[in-house]
Amino acid sequence: MNKTVNHKAWFLVLPVLVLVAFNAFIPLMTVVNYSVQETFGDNTFFWAGLIWFEDVLHSERFHAALVRQLTFTFTILAIEIPLGVVIALTMPKRGIWVPVCLVTMALPLLIPWNVVGAIWNIFALPEIGLLGQVLNGLGIDYNFTRQPGAAWFTLIAMDVWHWTSLVVLLAYAGLVSIPDAFYQAAKIDGASTWAIFRHIQLPKMKRVLTIAVLLRFMDSFNIYTEPFVLTGGGPGNSTTLLSIDLVKLALGQFDLGPAAAMSLIYFLIILALSWIFYTLMMRDEER
Amino acid sequence: MPLDLKGVSKQVGGETHIYPTDLTLEPGVFNILLGTTGAGKTTLMQLMAGLERPTAGEVWFGGVNVTGMPVQKRNVSMVHQQFINYPNMSVFENIASPLRVARMPKAEIKARVERMADLLKLTPLLGRRPSELSGGQQQRCAMARALVKDASLVLLDEPLANLDFKLREELRDELPRLFADRDCVVVYATTEPVEALLLGGNTATVFQGRVAQFGPTGEVYRRPGTLTSAQVFSEPPINTAPVTKDGATIRLGEHTDWTAPPPIQALPDGAYVFGIRPHHVTLAPDGTHPVAIDGMVLVTELSGSESVVHFRLGADDGAAPWVSQSHGIHAVPVGQVARLHMDVAQGLYFEPDGARIAA
Amino acid sequence: MAKITLAGVRHSYGSTRDDRADWALQHLDETWEDGGAYALLGPSGCGKTTLLNIVSGLLRPTEGRVLFDDRDVTDQPPDQRHIAQVFQFPVIYDTMTVHDNLAFPLRNRGVDETRVKARVREIADMLELTDMLGRRARGLTADGKQKISLGRGLVREDVNIVMFDEPLTVIDPHLKWQLRSKLKELHQRVGLTMVYVTHDQTEALTFAEQVMVMNEGQVVQIGTPVDLFECPQHTFVGHFIGSPGMNVLPCTLEGGKAVVEGHAIPIANPVTSAAGRLEIGVRPEFIDLADRGAETGVPVEILKVSDAGRYRVVHTCLNGFVIKALVSEGVEIPADGARLALAPEKTRLYADGWLVPDGGTP
Repeated sequence: MNKTVNHKAWFLVLPVLVLVAFNAFIPLMTVVNYSVQETFGDNTFFWAGLIWFEDVLHSERFHAALVRQLTFTFTILAIEIPLGVVIALTMPKRGIWVPVCLVTMALPLLIPWNVVGAIWNIFALPEIGLLGQVLNGLGIDYNFTRQPGAAWFTLIAMDVWHWTSLVVLLAYAGLVSIPDAFYQAAKIDGASTWAIFRHIQLPKMKRVLTIAVLLRFMDSFNIYTEPFVLTGGGPGNSTTLLSIDLVKLALGQFDLGPAAAMSLIYFLIILALSWIFYTLMMRDEER
Repeated sequence: MPLDLKGVSKQVGGETHIYPTDLTLEPGVFNILLGTTGAGKTTLMQLMAGLERPTAGEVWFGGVNVTGMPVQKRNVSMVHQQFINYPNMSVFENIASPLRVARMPKAEIKARVERMADLLKLTPLLGRRPSELSGGQQQRCAMARALVKDASLVLLDEPLANLDFKLREELRDELPRLFADRDCVVVYATTEPVEALLLGGNTATVFQGRVAQFGPTGEVYRRPGTLTSAQVFSEPPINTAPVTKDGATIRLGEHTDWTAPPPIQALPDGAYVFGIRPHHVTLAPDGTHPVAIDGMVLVTELSGSESVVHFRLGADDGAAPWVSQSHGIHAVPVGQVARLHMDVAQGLYFEPDGARIAA
Repeated sequence: MAKITLAGVRHSYGSTRDDRADWALQHLDETWEDGGAYALLGPSGCGKTTLLNIVSGLLRPTEGRVLFDDRDVTDQPPDQRHIAQVFQFPVIYDTMTVHDNLAFPLRNRGVDETRVKARVREIADMLELTDMLGRRARGLTADGKQKISLGRGLVREDVNIVMFDEPLTVIDPHLKWQLRSKLKELHQRVGLTMVYVTHDQTEALTFAEQVMVMNEGQVVQIGTPVDLFECPQHTFVGHFIGSPGMNVLPCTLEGGKAVVEGHAIPIANPVTSAAGRLEIGVRPEFIDLADRGAETGVPVEILKVSDAGRYRVVHTCLNGFVIKALVSEGVEIPADGARLALAPEKTRLYADGWLVPDGGTP
């Protein structure tokens, strides 16, 4: 009897296994395949060993892109997480304003990524965009297509605008699950607003914030569409993040071997950093 | 059709939740699982229902091995401690839902729901949503849904725990009547000894993943097989103390002794454990064999009709205090020594390992 | 420590206040003496939690004043009232140790650290938490957590009143006994004013010196547990207190005796005339069971007998009216029919639910 049940179960998971194989495992293996061979695009391959990996790891271009990527990711995390928490704290917990706030918050998340890029591109253009015109009108010399600093500012502002909502919604879900008795007890204990935040709200939000940090970390490390549409990696290479660099290498120069090696290194970096984040944040839970 | 657990055990991640258990539950009576939170009552129920699969052993129902058969195929219904209803359906629709799943004809559904509503006093509320009902009404609705289909196994997991004291009393009175003419196995989990007693039927005392004893409720209460079973089935907790037997005499502490009943006299001399329930330790002499005992009063609780005195025998050696429960109001000053009386004829004697000695 | 006075307190949650039903708390004038143990007893939605929140300052009453001693605190927030409250579900600060939990209210008030340490130790000893001081509060059992909640209240030296909002809800029966007697012991030791809110009559009666029985936003009776048990002023009190509650039977009045289904029954309150819906009330504890052959008593059928261990509840039936009687363990119960003897000094006449005063109503 036990066995029949088990067989049936295997049979049921089979389609999923096939699907996973097709859209994850097989493409990944193709990349591994490319990363250790040399090809000239005529379907003939030569064994290249680990030479591409060495090349990528020693390439200054890769280092520069990686530094830009880390700067970008940590900057947006440092802004979006606290900002999201603060906004969630100020949102009403009950009443007719709750749905209004939630829907407003969710709006940026509903917009397709390339459209976000296009919106901000136009919005920030110094000649016709609202943001560009206002800034220039205020006497600030702002042109994101020419100044690296302005390009970075626009890029980060766009990401914050697009994704802080996600953090807000997650943090809000954590906050509303705290029973009133906790706030009442804290009032009676004479706790300050900061103490309430530090000892009640933050601990209760910890799980959702862990998820928020992980999601934002992985997403921002993979970000491609929006900066590509906004700046195309420029001016110069100033906003060329890892993904944009990778596409330039693979499709622009058609260096399939190095690009494949870079993909794998890129993948391993995300995996390793995610794991480190997760363990650091969960270490406390297990005690 | 009886439900049989044959050597059923459950381990989760190396931790044993249920030790190998044999239990036969008969239809037509209440089968009560009595034990503290975390004793394993809910796990036992999930094993019976097929929501969990035993690590070892078999579950038989009406002579058929149903181990591994999913719950959907077993004709089981369950009522939980939390009031679980479909919030977007009326009371009528809630009660009707299991019948709709079974594709019963409309007229039959209507007749059954109405009969159930009548039995559970829900008739005037059939058109309402669960959110418009009081806690007691919500739980009635959940119960009606569990009872409306002719389930062959009905599991009630502390269904009254979240209700007000008086509502609990009322529903507890009605429950046995609801099952009176049904041929199904009813299992009822509770943490409260008095609830088990009032419901009657059979009781299994559950402690740390084991069934300590199973039998007719009054029997398990009055003749516990082990000290553990007696402790699970006593509220307030049963008083216990080490005693020594010396010939025909039982000695408790330095100043108290009495003549042992004949079966105890026949045992070898030595150390035993004596247990007596609080209502057999009273402020005024009561019962057939009252024996005086002095205690240092720690707390007195006077309800409207009885006096509960918590006291310590002898020095503070870390042992749990004794409790006495007497009729009437007697203000006993705290911090002083008071004289109490044990009706030793009602006492229980245990071997040092906890097995009860029949007396 | 303080005497608590509620002067003309009323509360309504809604904006309309025309109807009686709009008031969660009808009208209350009450004084709680310094050092007393009080209980608010009533079913869900009777207004007891509302009243508790008004005293603690979590809620401002729609009308009336709250006085601590003779100081008006109606407009003061909870942290300035120096109160302690234990909630239904244990409230602890998960990330802190037991010690830090207990120290929290003192640290918030800027008490110096040596004093904090001494005080926490003292309270932990009292609550038997000393061994756990270094542990994370999160890992404790429900009763341990409730002790912490209580400890956080007691640790402050300026506490006026300790309030309990159904504190034993999540505690298992055998631990309930321990924790309940612990609360009682603490009250006897620290002598603080304590107010205990519950729907469980046993908890209320054993804890309190004075019990306020509430129903539908108003106080039905205030009295000692013995008063409430022996002489309920309203059939609701009779029903709500006692398990099972008081038997209530419709009757008529003839020559100073109640007549129930044709049987004359002597009553305790001397009454010559009474108006309204008349009923007699008698507790199951005050009914004796004799066999059918007895010469006096009300003849009844026996419906069922429930064994509660130390006593049995006998459900009897008189022309469709159920009368419950309690019989001690070991006493014989006649098999078929029986006669009930209602103790005359404990059987009382009620009109429209309320106890008829001596002499009766015109």
